[in-house]
Amino acid sequence: MARFRAIRHIAMTATNHPLPPTHTGALAKREQRLAYSLLLPTFMVVFGIVLIPLLANFWISFKPVQLGDLRPATMLANEQLRPRPKAAGDEVILRYRVRNSSQKDPIKAVTMRDLLPPGLDVTLNDERCSLEGRALFCDFGTMDAGQRFNLEFPTMVHQAYLDSGERPRDVKATFTGSARNVLTSGEFTLDNFRKVFSSDEFWTVLKVSLYYTIFGTLGALVLGLFAAQILNTAFKGRNLLRGLFLFPYVAPVIAVAFAWVLLLDAGPGGTFNAMLMQMGATDGPINFLGQRAVPVTLFGLTFDFPMALTTVIAFEAWRYFPLSFLFILARMQSISTDMYEAAEMDGATPLQQFWYLSLPQLLGILSVLFLLRFIWTFNKFDDIFLLTGGAAGTRTLTVDVYEQAFAVSNLGAGAAVAVVVFFVLLIFALIFFKFSPQDDG
Amino acid sequence: MKFRWVDISAIVLGAIWGALWMIVIGVLLMLVSGLIVSPPVAIATLVGAVAGWFALPLAQRISAKNTLYASLTVLLVIALLVLTGLSPFGTALGENTVYQVFALLVWAGLVGWSCGLCLDGYTSGSAKRYRMEILLIRVMKGLAFVLFTVVVALPFYVMVMTSLKSQQSLLANPLDFSIDLTQGVESLFRSYVELFTQYNFGSFLLNSAIVSVATVFITLFFAVPGAYAVARLRFPGQAFLSRSILLIYMVPAIVLVIPLYAVFSQLGLRNTLYGLLIVYPATTIPVALYMLQGYFRGLPSELEEAGLMDGLSRMGVIAKITMPLSLPALASVALYVFMIAWNEFLFAFMFLDDLDIFTLSRGVVSLNSSEVPRQHLMAGAVIATVPVLALFLWFERFLVSGLTAGSVKG
Repeated sequence: MARFRAIRHIAMTATNHPLPPTHTGALAKREQRLAYSLLLPTFMVVFGIVLIPLLANFWISFKPVQLGDLRPATMLANEQLRPRPKAAGDEVILRYRVRNSSQKDPIKAVTMRDLLPPGLDVTLNDERCSLEGRALFCDFGTMDAGQRFNLEFPTMVHQAYLDSGERPRDVKATFTGSARNVLTSGEFTLDNFRKVFSSDEFWTVLKVSLYYTIFGTLGALVLGLFAAQILNTAFKGRNLLRGLFLFPYVAPVIAVAFAWVLLLDAGPGGTFNAMLMQMGATDGPINFLGQRAVPVTLFGLTFDFPMALTTVIAFEAWRYFPLSFLFILARMQSISTDMYEAAEMDGATPLQQFWYLSLPQLLGILSVLFLLRFIWTFNKFDDIFLLTGGAAGTRTLTVDVYEQAFAVSNLGAGAAVAVVVFFVLLIFALIFFKFSPQDDG
Repeated sequence: MKFRWVDISAIVLGAIWGALWMIVIGVLLMLVSGLIVSPPVAIATLVGAVAGWFALPLAQRISAKNTLYASLTVLLVIALLVLTGLSPFGTALGENTVYQVFALLVWAGLVGWSCGLCLDGYTSGSAKRYRMEILLIRVMKGLAFVLFTVVVALPFYVMVMTSLKSQQSLLANPLDFSIDLTQGVESLFRSYVELFTQYNFGSFLLNSAIVSVATVFITLFFAVPGAYAVARLRFPGQAFLSRSILLIYMVPAIVLVIPLYAVFSQLGLRNTLYGLLIVYPATTIPVALYMLQGYFRGLPSELEEAGLMDGLSRMGVIAKITMPLSLPALASVALYVFMIAWNEFLFAFMFLDDLDIFTLSRGVVSLNSSEVPRQHLMAGAVIATVPVLALFLWFERFLVSGLTAGSVKG
């Protein structure tokens, strides 16, 4: 009844007073304009460096472009007077050696301009060239790939040349011309994708990527949860320990990755292996980062234990547990203690308190962290690249992008793998945003 | 005499501590003194078990605890010495006696202390499960403490110590991280001196500093007005922006690297620091904007309105009211962006070819070859790590609160 009355009340006021304006006023428009102008620089940077390259990557993935194609074809010229003039009145040759630097691409509509030193009397014997005062202009038309020729003009040297001290090389010949640029040409191919999907390695790489992402993420989360548990109680030196626990995350990746590489070295000088052997844990050194698989027998079953992959996953968990630790600790310290006191009174044991009180409270931040870390771990390139270089069964999709584009020098194929990376990521993101709980964390 | 469950748990936890501390102290002794050690873990477990059983009544006493713990420590020392035949760490006590005795005392003290701490406040009686779990959690926490600390610190320890040693001595005994202090400062820090004099590390350090600081300023210059607009001004797309700006941060760098490499090569920006100064801010601006807008929202808008009433322009409000009020947030964002730029590897590695413009990340990678001795690589790693760690420790409070309040990064 009360609700009904309230609705009637609203209806009545609505008839008595005019509705608030629905169009945007001048003031609001000014505010909008200001907001857009404040955001414009950010938009431009993000568009220029993130979104456009993202699209450009799609473009490149359909192009037959090699790393070497990035150096565009250019014209080169070498000019000299032969023989070297000694006195006024010498008859010499002004020679230009002209060539197309590219062995692959022709250059169209090539023109050359040069300013000759004063005091030279040049006889033009080539109809492609013309001389206006001291300005030489030549129109060579199309130069084929790798084409080269010499222009040799008979020249009479005057005293003015010898006096001026200016030599032909002092002013470089400049060229114009249009070379094919594979990046902007209309040439497209599906070969890059065909190459990527047809190789057997691709599916292994995808699998390794997923293993690395899933276990790396879970490892970092579980370690972070443990670390947060032990630092949740107050004790002397807690801040010190908290600072120490953040070290792996704060230190540069090159520093910690190389420290791990040296620590886990299987050759002489490898500290960790020496330690294990000294303790009698192993007979010989274990090649943590260089061995693809170790046969392990467990309950009579033999399976291949992926050694190097496990090590890089351990590194991932080690390096990124501080992040989850920090967030979980912050969340735990915001949980009110009343609940725990009540639970204590009711006789709940510590493990029950953790399972039934802490964990549900932490679920929100844990799922957010899982989501973020999952995506970031999937995107990770530096760590594996520095630890193993993608060898020994640790090549993930991101490392594969580098290998294809820069190690094999096939930019197009690298871009094609990058497209795959992007779409896998998009699928993850869609799944996560569909199923993730609506929690602010 | 009848054993209760609590006696059994005390013995078990004593055994665990005995073994764990033996391994940890043994390894540390090995690393610090360079002594060849084979820790007698089995004997230590046994001694630890006895210690646990002795510590149980001790933990329940109120008076004269310290004296009793001291005598327990002495007892442990004697027991270990006798049972191992005067070689408590697997080598005769005669070698490196000072280190060994010290390690032995530390071991005994830690075992007694850990047992006492775990059993502290124990009273027999009700809720057996409750007490069991308390004990279990204490032991687990203790183990986690030790393991976490060792696992986190070990690579850093090895990094610093390797940088102070020489290749030959490392190959001869990779476990010997003892530092010979008699050799003098110059010889001790030889790797560092060589890096700065022969390997150009001075200019790398300078380049890194320039790039990082410039990135911080460019990022703030772009992100502060943007964040203010998102936090305070009403415009269509505001809600969408404030939520989706972080999505930019999900785009993998490796997807951007090929097109940026191609375009920057053709524009002549690739092998320059300007190239990095274009790329770095683009990756940090979205995060900075997200962190700052969260903070700006929390500021009271009345102050800004008062400023507007008194005739300040919006820019004036941002510069004179909002920015001074959000100094802690600005500091944490600045530190965070600095960290990202300083530690960045991929673009520095892909873009920089000339030795003169290497950043530290790129410079250290160039040391990773068989021709450069290990201590140089690790000294390079230390040089790259120290500034960012020092800054971080200095501003840790800011960073931690800023990170957890506003945003996140990976």
